[in-house]
Amino acid sequence: MLVYTVRRLLGAVPVLVLASILTFVLIDVSGDPLADLRLQQPPPDPSVIQLQEERLYLDRSMAERYWLWVTGIGGNGDIGLLQGEFGPSTQSTTYDIGANIAERLGVTLRLVGAAMVLAFGLAVLTGVVSAMRQYSKVDYTLTFIGFLALAMPTFWFAGIMQSAGVGFNELVGTQVFATIGDGTYQAQGQDLWGRITNAFAYMTLPTIVLMLTTFASWSRYQRTSMLEVLNSDYVRLARAKGLPERVVIRRHALRTALIPLTTVTAVGMAAIIDGTVLTERVFQWRGLGEFFIAAVDSNDSYALMAWLMLSGTTVIVANLIADLLYGVLDPRIRYE
Amino acid sequence: MSEKTLPDTGPRARAEAVGGPERTQMQMIVRRFLRHRPAMVSLAVLAVITAFAFLGPHLWAWDHRVHGEIPPSVPPGGDHPLGTTRAGHDVLGQLMRGAQQTLKVALTVSVLSTVVGSLWGAAAGYYGGRTDALMMRVVDVFMIVPLLVMVAAISGTVRGGTTWWAVSLIIAVFSWAQIARVVRGVVLSLREQEFVEAARAAGASPWWIIVRHLLPNAAGPIIVAATLLIAVAILLEAGMSFLGFGIQLPDISLGRMIDDARTAATTRPWLFYPPGVLLVVICLTVNFIGDGLRDALDPRQTMERR
Repeated sequence: MLVYTVRRLLGAVPVLVLASILTFVLIDVSGDPLADLRLQQPPPDPSVIQLQEERLYLDRSMAERYWLWVTGIGGNGDIGLLQGEFGPSTQSTTYDIGANIAERLGVTLRLVGAAMVLAFGLAVLTGVVSAMRQYSKVDYTLTFIGFLALAMPTFWFAGIMQSAGVGFNELVGTQVFATIGDGTYQAQGQDLWGRITNAFAYMTLPTIVLMLTTFASWSRYQRTSMLEVLNSDYVRLARAKGLPERVVIRRHALRTALIPLTTVTAVGMAAIIDGTVLTERVFQWRGLGEFFIAAVDSNDSYALMAWLMLSGTTVIVANLIADLLYGVLDPRIRYE
Repeated sequence: MSEKTLPDTGPRARAEAVGGPERTQMQMIVRRFLRHRPAMVSLAVLAVITAFAFLGPHLWAWDHRVHGEIPPSVPPGGDHPLGTTRAGHDVLGQLMRGAQQTLKVALTVSVLSTVVGSLWGAAAGYYGGRTDALMMRVVDVFMIVPLLVMVAAISGTVRGGTTWWAVSLIIAVFSWAQIARVVRGVVLSLREQEFVEAARAAGASPWWIIVRHLLPNAAGPIIVAATLLIAVAILLEAGMSFLGFGIQLPDISLGRMIDDARTAATTRPWLFYPPGVLLVVICLTVNFIGDGLRDALDPRQTMERR
């Protein structure tokens, strides 16, 4: 097990390197960071463009630039992933990519964490209930809600929730739900209770939006795998030898039925990052989603790369945890 | 159903029968699918939407472009059943075009990704060992980049217009890995079972075993994943358009319509709700059809219940 863990950790390094090359090349080929400057009217002085090219290391070849971006050897001290520098930005000379990400990380993590925990709990619960009461009214209702959530575009649902929140506020006459912003500024200088109510006001709607978009597919998988297990011989045996239903469900069925969900959850990690970008845009949070959109809009390739490496690492870690859980949950799988 | 045609053998015996003619198996699948009411209703609704999207533009007076004759910001009714935008679009015309682009993208993505993904995943799971490790590392590379973000970054940095075909390709390139991973997981447990051993002992080649034995037995999970992927592709395309990186103007997609109407949800609801409802209905029907297909195709579930 330990050997396997270490091997997987080491295995994750080439994957990350490969992914970084793939994304670096794709980003580099697909866009020119100075496209907007070159199209400016009246045309800027060639020396201005040349200066910008030197600042962004665009005067070097792609391979050199990748090497520089990773190691920072031969740069101006503002580039080199291994030295903790993410590279110069097109947005301004003083825009520090690393500091900006660090500043926004907390805002986004708060949202993602709350949504993930809620979604996972709800998915397991509804999936198991649906499977145990297959073809009952409960099952049909839950299945329909799941399907509806699965079919709902995150941003459209967010828009509806936002106008519903505004409507609710008007109805009760006070501002219960905040529909714009992340509330970081408003929380400053407040006591604990003030912070809690503030967080509730700002987080409720976006968390519901993000939760509902991921919970549905997890719940579907949970139902499918639970059904499969409930129809299997060993569960029939467990029932036949007179075990209480509670034990059959919890110890025999659920434990096996959770295995596929671990993979799905790790896959869902990436979907959650996607959902965050959309949710943050609708509710105008200053999180990593907004950082990403700004980076794409201004052709900021180093900022994009930093963002993609961060999300890539997150997903890799999630996958690794899922694989390790596979071994813990399923005794049939042996890692030699 | 079967009691009338075969009185002496129950459905269970038929499902377990070895080497029956292939047509009968197919007929059973079709019959089970036809009996799945949500799937049949969904199929009908989807057919109507498809006709609306592909035939509608030929029949309706306005297309998705701006026309000088169209009065701005008119609520639904009269000449424009779904109203008009401020710039002078007919919303019904936009809706037809948007649905068409959405359906084209979704179908292309799903077919490409499912074929590539299931073959890749099955091969990795069947061969195992170093091949598996290597193939799954490639999958990992594609899995660790969040889909929407990646496709948005790629098509967002491409300046000057993206067509539906380019959007489909970009989405497909990054979405086959999910299917591969699901299929590989199923094949890992299937390959140890007796029927695979029997096939191997009978001298079947690896590809024969993968295509004829492993993939059919993995049909349930593949179909669940593939239908989920159709819905995912639709939502991805919509999400890209919403962020402003999808199909570009003057062409239109449902996601773009929602983005354009983002601030009008309360003031001009006829712009905000129709494209969203249509998106939801399309995804909903696709998922129900997938559900019906799974019930019809999965032989193990059939043995238990029918």
